[in-house]
Amino acid sequence: MKQNDLILQTVTKVAAFVILLFAVAIFLGGHYSPGGGFVGGLMTSAAIVLLLLAFDLKTVTAILPIDYKFMIGAGLLISSLTVAGGLLFGVPLMTHAYRYIDVPLLGHISLHTAVLFDLGVYLVVVGVTMTIIQTIGESE
Amino acid sequence: MIAIVEILSALFLLMGVFLFLVSAFGIIRLPDVYTRNHAVSKSSTLGILFILIGTLLFFFHQHGHFDFRIVLAIIFIFMTSPVAGHLINRSAYHSGVKMWDQSVQDDLKKRR
Repeated sequence: MKQNDLILQTVTKVAAFVILLFAVAIFLGGHYSPGGGFVGGLMTSAAIVLLLLAFDLKTVTAILPIDYKFMIGAGLLISSLTVAGGLLFGVPLMTHAYRYIDVPLLGHISLHTAVLFDLGVYLVVVGVTMTIIQTIGESE
Repeated sequence: MIAIVEILSALFLLMGVFLFLVSAFGIIRLPDVYTRNHAVSKSSTLGILFILIGTLLFFFHQHGHFDFRIVLAIIFIFMTSPVAGHLINRSAYHSGVKMWDQSVQDDLKKRR
């Protein structure tokens, strides 16, 4: 008998946006509140897994044409470059710097290089999780 | 004024806990999967919404801290929990779980 996934797919279209929004909020708020790159990355991959559950692998690959193995490499590259960036200024490895900047809409905010390190962690977590799930899902 | 908000949020929390208790009794007492799922997905959704609204009110008034995550959680749970109940019920029906022997109507039987 023919299955009809209309309810699941319609709710997924809205719920995936809520999950992604929450993942970005957790990622950006990681310095001052619980959260950070790891949890944000896991929640982003949870949103993609929800899309995979509601639709199939081919559709999701058409929506997000990302090779997640490159994502792992990009994350490791960003993190190691951030770690090595201190060497340019004659300070030890993993020395981070920050500066307060006045942004027109957001006001007086601090930009910290630890966010770049966290971005690398985020990309690696999303890449590893999605690689595992896609590899298991594809094998017959 | 403070007492009113405190009493209000306490009432919300107690109402939510009561609804959770109702849904737990529904799991124990009701006869088959479909009626149990009906009890759980409706009353525990409403219960958790009441608890979250009570928490939101309490922290907003007591600490002046409006937590947007609670609002997001209210919207999210209200949206997804009934769908989860629907999917569980549907997969139970399609894998051939019997209805209660005193139930009278099965509209989906023709489409099997």
